[in-house]
Amino acid sequence: MLKWITFAPLIGAVLCGFFGKKLGEKFVSIVGCASVGISTVLAFLAFFTQLLPKAPDADGVRRVTDFFFTWIEVGNFRSDFAYLLDPLSGVFLLFITGVGLLIHIYSVGYMHGDSGFYRFFAYLNLFMFMMLTLVLGDNLLVLFVGWEGVGLCSYLLIGYYIERQEAGDAAKKAFIVNRIGDFGYSIGVMVAFTLFTSISFVDKTVGDKVIPSLLTQAAEKPIEAVGVWGVMTVIALLLFVGACGKSAQVPLFVWLPDAMAGPTPVSALIHAATMVTAGLYLTARCSVIFTHSQTAMLIVAVIGAFTAMFAATIGIAQNDIKKVLAYSTVSQLGYMFLACGAGAFTAGIFHVMTHAFFKALLFLGAGSVIHGMHDEQDLRHMGGLKKYMPITFATMVAGWLAISGFPLLSGFFSKDEILWQIWSSTSLPTGLAKTLWVLAVATALLTAIYMTRLMVLAFWGKERFNTGHDGHGTSAKGHPVVHPHESPKVMWIPLVILAALSVGGGYIGVPAAWGGSNHFEHFLEPVLAKAAPAMAGAPGAVTTVTNHTSEAAPHDFLTERIFTIISVIVALAGIGLGWIMFTTQPLRRMPKLLENKYYVDEIYDTAIINPVIGTARNVLWHILDVKIIDGTVNGIARAFGETGGAMRFLQTGLARSYAAIMLIGAIVLILYFTLR
Amino acid sequence: MANRFLLNSMQVYLLTIILFLPLVGAVAMWMHSYFWLHRLPIEQLRNQYRWIALSFSVVTFLLSLLLIFYFQPQLSGLQIEINVPWIESLGAHYHLGVDGVSLWLVLLTTFLMPISMLVTWIVPHNVRAYLSTLLLLETAIIGVFVAQDMLLFYLFFELTIIPAGFLIGVWGAERERRVPAAVKFFTFTIVGSLFMLVGIIGVYYYAGAGTFDLVELTRTVSQARATGKQVFPAHLEFWLWLAFALGFLVKVPLWPLHAWLPDAYVQAPTSGSIMMAGVMAKMGAYGLMRFNLPLFPEVSTKVAPYVMALAVIGTIYGALIATVQNDLKRLVAYSSLSHLGLVVLGIFAATELSLQGSLYQMLNHGLSTGAMFVCVALISQRRQTREMSEFGGVAGQMPGYSTAFMIVAFSSLGLPLLSGFIGEILILIGTFTSTVPFAKVFAVLGTTGVVLSAVYILRKMQIVLFGATTKEENKQLYDLTRRERIALIPMVVMAVVMGITPMIFIRATKASINQVREAVAARIR
Repeated sequence: MLKWITFAPLIGAVLCGFFGKKLGEKFVSIVGCASVGISTVLAFLAFFTQLLPKAPDADGVRRVTDFFFTWIEVGNFRSDFAYLLDPLSGVFLLFITGVGLLIHIYSVGYMHGDSGFYRFFAYLNLFMFMMLTLVLGDNLLVLFVGWEGVGLCSYLLIGYYIERQEAGDAAKKAFIVNRIGDFGYSIGVMVAFTLFTSISFVDKTVGDKVIPSLLTQAAEKPIEAVGVWGVMTVIALLLFVGACGKSAQVPLFVWLPDAMAGPTPVSALIHAATMVTAGLYLTARCSVIFTHSQTAMLIVAVIGAFTAMFAATIGIAQNDIKKVLAYSTVSQLGYMFLACGAGAFTAGIFHVMTHAFFKALLFLGAGSVIHGMHDEQDLRHMGGLKKYMPITFATMVAGWLAISGFPLLSGFFSKDEILWQIWSSTSLPTGLAKTLWVLAVATALLTAIYMTRLMVLAFWGKERFNTGHDGHGTSAKGHPVVHPHESPKVMWIPLVILAALSVGGGYIGVPAAWGGSNHFEHFLEPVLAKAAPAMAGAPGAVTTVTNHTSEAAPHDFLTERIFTIISVIVALAGIGLGWIMFTTQPLRRMPKLLENKYYVDEIYDTAIINPVIGTARNVLWHILDVKIIDGTVNGIARAFGETGGAMRFLQTGLARSYAAIMLIGAIVLILYFTLR
Repeated sequence: MANRFLLNSMQVYLLTIILFLPLVGAVAMWMHSYFWLHRLPIEQLRNQYRWIALSFSVVTFLLSLLLIFYFQPQLSGLQIEINVPWIESLGAHYHLGVDGVSLWLVLLTTFLMPISMLVTWIVPHNVRAYLSTLLLLETAIIGVFVAQDMLLFYLFFELTIIPAGFLIGVWGAERERRVPAAVKFFTFTIVGSLFMLVGIIGVYYYAGAGTFDLVELTRTVSQARATGKQVFPAHLEFWLWLAFALGFLVKVPLWPLHAWLPDAYVQAPTSGSIMMAGVMAKMGAYGLMRFNLPLFPEVSTKVAPYVMALAVIGTIYGALIATVQNDLKRLVAYSSLSHLGLVVLGIFAATELSLQGSLYQMLNHGLSTGAMFVCVALISQRRQTREMSEFGGVAGQMPGYSTAFMIVAFSSLGLPLLSGFIGEILILIGTFTSTVPFAKVFAVLGTTGVVLSAVYILRKMQIVLFGATTKEENKQLYDLTRRERIALIPMVVMAVVMGITPMIFIRATKASINQVREAVAARIR
């Protein structure tokens, strides 16, 4: 069953890709959506009829596996093409197929009439196959297949409008930056294999020998305290480099904002809801490796917090509606990593899920706005759209409130959980945990502000389109008169469903402090490792595992509730502040530094890219290769030629002189051999 | 029973038939022209030459497929052998055979040859001579992979240089540059293989078995080693190793012995580029596996860090220079240097994984670089230029071509589920686990090269395929013709098959690779 979950979209991709052009839009829409539909149905079936009833294995984890074939087996290196469904991949499976299906349906409307319609659906279906392979793969290499595969699809879809130069540049950038992440991932795999001689997530039986999985073996290693640079730290950080690439963390986040050059449904599916969470998936999947290195956990938390804050500040100053959402995604991903670094893997994954709902919604809503505004993406040329697009507006409000952490919406529960877990983290040094908490709260405030700004600029206030050119550079010059309109049904129905999920999706994770039973956490708990309390940072201080820290004691509930109240205040304050700031003066000037994204791209260009290219061209090619290596060879050749020329006088054609030379030669040889 | 007998007796001559059939094809073509010249219009006759040559190369390929049928993957030694005395006074034998290492290389050669012919269907002049040169080259290359006698091996090894040199010098791209390129190629490889001849004579002399037979020599060496004896004088062993290594490493080529490569690959006609980069480079790597590792395990181990250092330098260096090329063929040439560095890295890391990876990478590289040269040829034939900046937006005009181009490109940048990935990851993991000093550093640096490959490949793809069609000439480009499809599609299909089901290939090579590894590992005991 598991393999058909992934195969359905693959078949869809092949059909759309090879026959779609001839058979037309209708065929492509049906095949494209039906394949993902089948996959979704199968995913839910597998989850509810196979995974949930399944008795847990000895280690308390429910597992459903599906072996396909042995992909690579050389020596003791083995990678099976096999799938693993456990609670972690189950959660990802459900929201990927669910959100994926909705976005496929939406795309039918959004891409209607595009000349590359078939190509678009082929890529999108291929993406589903790769993403599902990523989360279902039962070892690091099959995960990597999906990992690179989604990168490929992302590349193809960012560059979908092939005639646009900036789309091509963005696609290339995305792939190459991700490759830097892959560099870390690959070396991580090498180190892990060298250490464990297994790259599998499940124990394997080969012949009569049981090879314990990478994770089982990692669990038996001693925990490395902060400041200890042991092998677990190395593996964890290498994998985290990979995660930083895919999940757009500092310093590898630069590709994601540019990736908005792709069609908006792509931004929603790939660059917000699913692919970019792959890094989180990897971190959660290998949580036991991370928890065995407190250094790595600390670095993950700090990078996450920094990214969250950094991207949020940029997001507040962007004018392109998709760029705001892109930086928001980077920021939210940072949030999730912060949670993981604090040891709260379940909270991180919970936020991955709720974020998938509301960010997909926001992107699709933005797409609907762009669609209705005839490809206008600049917030400065919108305004007052709520009366033209009531459904889009209503659903966007749900997304806006959810991401801002408005009480009782999905984002509220997940964000509140993260904030509380950071504060109460025992695995991070206490002072650091509190500092990160402050950063996280500030980020939450900023999130509410920039999202409110986006909403106010787009939907409220004066209409700023059709007002001629108000001196803000790029105005809607291609479209002299814009008549904003609501999007077709096929587009707004997915919006409504996603809105419902954004509102209600958090209820599976209501914490015990508020009378909930937190199903989500209990369900995921067995798969995810628990972080051990922080140890003294003296290098070499290594202790063994203290498994299962005690459950949260009841008296904690009071503090937890207080923190919830803080979250509510922060969210409302952010919304209020944003409202006041941007209803009074929608086009207020933002700091230049933020508007220009801290000049990170420019810095990378001058500090890394240009020097490398320059060296390659001027030093390596023109000097070393052409002048020195080739030049030496040519020089030797010339020397031989000249020697030949000089020797010509020896060939006089006179037998006597030959005889003389032979005689001299013979004498020299005899002398050499006798005197030797 | 009779059937079985027939099959078995055919097995003895199979390699001989495969080996000489191309040569027979060349002779047949000349005979055909002897009868028909001046009686048929020249254009018609040329067409017949093409069909004769193509048929012979296709039949050779089909016959070589029989090898898979006869080949028993569980055995490590030579199979489908024939061994008869050749020059008895010297102890040289006509000894042919394949094992897991050479099996797929033979198939790669016979697979690429018909494709080379199809891609260069129209050559400007001397069609008959051109095609017979190609067929002679095919015989020579197959000979290198199946000869198990050092003298015979050397004969074929040298024989490859002549047709290859002529391909560059006579049918090369630019009138004033092709001859110097051919001379450079010729000089380099001849000097390299002359060193090898010295090595062969040295081995023959010191082994004292009065035989050139590689199998026997390898056995002598490993037996001597097991009993703690020294076959070659200690002070000469390194020099003998070097003599062989120079011959092979120039062919691969290892940085910095690559000075001949950019010019030769660029100037050669597409068929020449395909055969040189696709197969002849593998002769070098194959030689290292066949001669240097088993005959001189100690030296190979001792020098491994140095060779591996040069290999990773080549990998990174080639990738960086490829990044700044504007000439499409030159780009592929440097990327080839980069990819083959990894092959040498894997060979000298000498773990089962890395050797297997190197062999796989050899096959993949033959396929994907061959396909890349084909892709380059198809558009440069249409536009009469290899300058990347002359193109742009080709995807709009040539969708089928672009799809193939992209699959090939992604395969060579090592995307999983395509052929390039398997070899790379095996080499890198294998190198990482190797006991050679600094192996981990080399593995990490090698991975850098893999990262960089994305840079130049994506750049190439973007400049050629994507963007707006700015040049007027590019609006007239037509998509693949039937002949071009027949040439390109098999390669693309193989790139996918090799990426998804590598075990088909690896199963057959496993035993032989282990034998190579054990020969090297024997030094420890």
